Amino acid sequence: MARTASDAMPAAALPGTAAPAGALGGILRDAALYALVAFGLCVPLVAYRTDPGPEGLVLVPRWGLVAILCGAIFVLRLLQRLLLLRRDARRALTASPAQATEAVAGEPDAGQKTSKVGLKVFVAVALTLPVLATLATGDLASSRYWIDLGILILTYVMLGWGLNIVVGLAGLLDLGYVAFYAVGAYSYALLATTFGLSFWICLPLAGLFAGLWGMLLGFPVLRLRGDYLAIVTLAFGEIIRLVLINWTDVTGGAAGVSSIPRATFFGIPFTADEDGFAAKLGIEFNTMHRVVFLYYLILVLALITNFVTMRLRRLPIGRAWEALREDEIACRSLGIDTTATKLTAFALGAAFGGFAGSFFAVRQGFISPESFTFLESAIILAIVVLGGMGSQFGVAIAAVAMVGGPELLRNLGFLSAVFGEGFDPSEYRLLLFGLAMVAMMVWRPRGLISVRMPSVSLGERRAISGAHVSEGHG
Amino acid sequence: MSVAGINVLVDETRAIQAGGKPPLLSVRGVSTYYGSVAALKGVDLDVGEGEIVTLIGANGAGKSTLMMTVFGAPRARDGSITYEGRDITRLPTHAIARLGIAQSPEGRRVFPRMTVFENLQMGASLHGERHFAEDLEKVCALFPRVKERLHQRAGTMSGGEQQMLAIARALMSRPKLLLLDEPSLGLAPLVVKGIFDAIRRLNREDGMTIFLVEQNAYHALKLAHRGYVLVNGRITMSGTGRQLLDDPAVKAAYLEGGGHGAAPGGAHG
Ligand SMILES: Nc1ncnc2c1ncn2[C@@H]1O[C@H](COP(=O)(O)OP(=O)(O)OP(=O)(O)O)[C@@H](O)[C@H]1O
Ligand SMILES: [Mg+2]
Repeated sequence: MARTASDAMPAAALPGTAAPAGALGGILRDAALYALVAFGLCVPLVAYRTDPGPEGLVLVPRWGLVAILCGAIFVLRLLQRLLLLRRDARRALTASPAQATEAVAGEPDAGQKTSKVGLKVFVAVALTLPVLATLATGDLASSRYWIDLGILILTYVMLGWGLNIVVGLAGLLDLGYVAFYAVGAYSYALLATTFGLSFWICLPLAGLFAGLWGMLLGFPVLRLRGDYLAIVTLAFGEIIRLVLINWTDVTGGAAGVSSIPRATFFGIPFTADEDGFAAKLGIEFNTMHRVVFLYYLILVLALITNFVTMRLRRLPIGRAWEALREDEIACRSLGIDTTATKLTAFALGAAFGGFAGSFFAVRQGFISPESFTFLESAIILAIVVLGGMGSQFGVAIAAVAMVGGPELLRNLGFLSAVFGEGFDPSEYRLLLFGLAMVAMMVWRPRGLISVRMPSVSLGERRAISGAHVSEGHG
Repeated sequence: MSVAGINVLVDETRAIQAGGKPPLLSVRGVSTYYGSVAALKGVDLDVGEGEIVTLIGANGAGKSTLMMTVFGAPRARDGSITYEGRDITRLPTHAIARLGIAQSPEGRRVFPRMTVFENLQMGASLHGERHFAEDLEKVCALFPRVKERLHQRAGTMSGGEQQMLAIARALMSRPKLLLLDEPSLGLAPLVVKGIFDAIRRLNREDGMTIFLVEQNAYHALKLAHRGYVLVNGRITMSGTGRQLLDDPAVKAAYLEGGGHGAAPGGAHG
């Protein structure tokens, strides 16, 4: 009852919070402090622009812009504090279980249901995207932009799901995941160009190699956790990249590997001649056949990743990963070989990264170390973290947002009217990235989908409840 | 009490078991260090098959350290630990657990984000699904509270419920030897009684061997067949539960609200 009353009342007047006037004064002071800090940052960064003039650089003062930025920060902080005040007051009135790590979820709550349904919707949309895009744009050729974007997003979904095994489930912070992506890509590229092996033979090999590298990384870091682990994996990612750059004889160095064989339809090439895919099927040749095929290929690969992960979660090894994330010592004293458990997590995560890598290589036809920088690792990790560590659906929507978001920015051409000519919104991708991270950490510190789903599903729960629980459960 | 006195007591303990088989667990001259600081200084201790043995001592005496040393984390620097006649001093922790030793560690260490049911599944990792349903039935009968909360997240349970879960989880592995670190910590007297009853039943009905670390010396000594007193990393006394209960030094230090002050034997340093 107290709760309904509090919802109706203005926040500052609630019992238990500071006196309205005092609270408001504090908030104003706080916002002013923020504006001051912003001012301090703006002076060296924004206040003057250097323009090339006739005699060297000319300083153009931009104090108006500084004032606008500081004012905006003042207002935003003020609003945020006022909103938080209201929320905190409400929280103070509802007792929170001190030892609770998250919502008490005896029954699956809204979040869990959303993510179950959400994943299905995501898969349904993904399956029909080429059709939808064709219908929307009129013909197959002009839907290319959307299908390409879909391929890009699905690649990151797959990478996110792969890394999710390591970071989300096993709780091992890996900042060098791109290394396995690179190993997979180079495995295919080199095997195909030097030995002429087909994609379908190289794909499993690439996964295998990447998995082996995953183990190789796993061994030295077995004893490390948290930030130390992060540093070593980060270094590992960089080492792989530097090896790729410097081992010129094998990897082609910074120039990379080019003319990598294109994907074939299980041996039938997508060409216009009579051995080609179109001729065999008796349809008109269209370059889009290959693109659509690639789209479905990555979709299948991503779905396999998801399927394997979901399956393993219910098996002892998957439970062991999760338990490992929670408490390593307890795990060991229950007889779980944490070494093997960690290595399988690293190896499996890496293998999926390797599959994605060889897909990348077959799609691009050209790879170079530039594609495998730390930024890639950071984006994949951001997808996992934003998605809510361990949630498959969360990772999928985070990938859509992280990869699709900058594309969206590209279309906001009108912004250049505001910010002047030469403003390229997609260059602000990293800014967006940072802002999204900050916003997430403030509002959803556990990620978009933060509620972990028990590995025993509702149907099974009923059966168990019936068998072992006589009362207390409906 | 003199050093000679300690030796007499230790010999007495051996004499008690001399009639039977070699002890199930035997700790000989074990020293454990945290960095350069010794937490255990040459501990000797035996747990015979089918016994309840308790270890009492003040805060920081090294009780939890001894229990964890049996599990190899931290590892004993000197001395040896044998289980079923086999040297386990250098075995990795999970391999020790696989020999049939389970523990409910200090601080419970349940998996907070996993459900009670999943925690119990983790406890049964060694056996998988083989006799899971049967064992689940059994621990549920022992701890009805756990049964009511099978699908709650372990981290959201009350401290006492988590304690029961920690014991239940340990039992799911069908241990031969169960190590319990302060199972009564922070529990209401009635619940403590329930837990001690459960321990007694496990021992009597299933013949489970139990090594119990306790602050609650009175209950522990009443329950146990034998007990040891640990002071500053050394065993200063041992004997049957009755003997220790009646010992004036034990009484003064651990039973009559003596708190953590003067320890019997006074073997400091
Ligand atoms: N990880 C550690 N690093 C350093 N010192 C430690 C560590 N764990 C325990 N100690 C020290 O070792 C000694 C024994 O600790 P231990 O936890 O075994 O005591 P205890 O007898 O279980 O006490 P309590 O009854 O309070 O649980 C203490 O002095 C403690 O400070
Ligand atoms: Mg202790």
